[in-house]
Amino acid sequence: MSVLKATDIMLAFGGVKAIDAVSFSVAAGEILSIIGPNGAGKTTLFNVVSGVYRSDEGRVELAGEDVTGLPPDRLAARGLSRTFQNLQIFQRMTVLENVMVGRHLRERCNLFADLLRLPSVTRQNRATRDAARAQLEAVGLGTSADKLAGSLDYGACKRLEIARALAAEPKVLLLDEPAAGCNAVETRDIDELICRVAAQGLAVVLVEHDMRLVMKISHRILVLDRGRPLADGTPREVRDNPAVLAAYLGSHGAREAGRA
Amino acid sequence: MAWLSDRRAATLLVFAVIIAALPLVFPSGYYYRVAALVFVSGFAAIGLNVLMGQAGQVSLGHAGFFGIGGYAVAIGPAHLGIAPWAATPIGAVLSAALAYVVGRPILRLKGHYLAIATLGFGMLVALVITTESRWTGGPDGMPVAKLVLFGWRATGASTWYWISGAVLLIGAWIALNLAETPTGRAFRALHDSEVAARVAGIDVARVKLQAFVVAAVYASLAGSLLAMMNGFINPDQAGFLHSVELVTMVVLGGLGSVAGAIVGAAVLVTLPQLLTVFQEYENVMLGLIIIVSMIFMRDGVVPTAARLLARRGQP
Repeated sequence: MSVLKATDIMLAFGGVKAIDAVSFSVAAGEILSIIGPNGAGKTTLFNVVSGVYRSDEGRVELAGEDVTGLPPDRLAARGLSRTFQNLQIFQRMTVLENVMVGRHLRERCNLFADLLRLPSVTRQNRATRDAARAQLEAVGLGTSADKLAGSLDYGACKRLEIARALAAEPKVLLLDEPAAGCNAVETRDIDELICRVAAQGLAVVLVEHDMRLVMKISHRILVLDRGRPLADGTPREVRDNPAVLAAYLGSHGAREAGRA
Repeated sequence: MAWLSDRRAATLLVFAVIIAALPLVFPSGYYYRVAALVFVSGFAAIGLNVLMGQAGQVSLGHAGFFGIGGYAVAIGPAHLGIAPWAATPIGAVLSAALAYVVGRPILRLKGHYLAIATLGFGMLVALVITTESRWTGGPDGMPVAKLVLFGWRATGASTWYWISGAVLLIGAWIALNLAETPTGRAFRALHDSEVAARVAGIDVARVKLQAFVVAAVYASLAGSLLAMMNGFINPDQAGFLHSVELVTMVVLGGLGSVAGAIVGAAVLVTLPQLLTVFQEYENVMLGLIIIVSMIFMRDGVVPTAARLLARRGQP
């Protein structure tokens, strides 16, 4: 039973078809990777699925319900969280506060109670802070909790985004290049984190350029090329697909994938 | 004494001590009046800072709400037989309702477009006030009835000093409350990244509207207070220049800082008084000081000072 299912997604910018008849589905506990050369439409597909863009055609289902065209906040309320390729952290808030924002949907939010900071608000704040702190520990940022998020280095920001997305306790997690710009150690940490998250029953969709990471942790891989689906299958099937080799991996990528 | 370690309580305590101690150094009664003006402007600036500093949305028409609050306490008693104390919340509710209705369409705009739309709103309010002279006295303004509470008439500069000081404290308390709650975090989140805020499940349109309404209510209450204090009101209170002044207080003092809003108000209210020695160059000097302080303190007076202090504190 798939948690997230996209069918025949189509989106054009002007005359250019950024995404052309792309479909995928992902089940609970599964890691699906979407790969493809730059400009293949991976991030655009993420933006459609997470409601940031509206597709021209196609249908998105979340937990069996049609959610096509719903805005991001409504999708989030139904259990879809994501991270961004170009970091979107709240720079002027502390690391901990960033993750607390991730808990927004789990909080009762009443303007008048908040203006007066009633005891119930203080109590809830404490619970949110504890949950956020636990989430930070899980991604290894526990010691940075009170730093300003804008002062974190790139790799830490990536993990902070994951922690914020997980704080919402989603059913589906979309990760847009979580390992980009990370060193080997950080990449291994992120790969362990993603596997752990999937093992807890989340459906994970991953866009990533690090082929070793993709081949190692993915259950299935979808290959896009110029907005169109090129191949779909297990890492082994994709790796051995001649069309993929030709269009995307090239000799260098194939060698790297072979080592994984 | 655990509450003292709370930054909110500590900040409020500092404000309270300053308000209580200031009259000890006042050489004359005139200073009560200037300080009360600072408190009223500071109150409005704290509200605008919720919108601009926390939620990151600009309003160049905020004096419109200030004017509505002011004319509510003028028109209510004069034409409708409503007591001034009752006209104050009525003005605030009117401002909130208007902010809600106007905010829904214009808060979809961003940056410069939002600035222009709010500017248009402010001008519209000032225009209505100026032209509806049967109700408002037109460009000449109108007198405002004295505030009477349980038979006690609020008159005199020192009385209004204490009233506006207490109101300022309440306003600061509420703004400080807000910053660290789900609503306040949502404000600050959308300031830094609207798309990330939406993905975190924040209904951005609704949250912006909340910030706009909160700021409008602050401005309206400040307007009522000033009108009752002065016993008089004219359309300048709702005018464009006053809107710009409020924005300048917030930016000069420091976006997102409650203390900054008050400091910004203090600078903008007291500087013209101090600069009268320059006579016809008064406005030039005021402009120069604002320009220079924005160049050297881009984040505003209070955040810059806080950073300098923090740096000195480090070994």
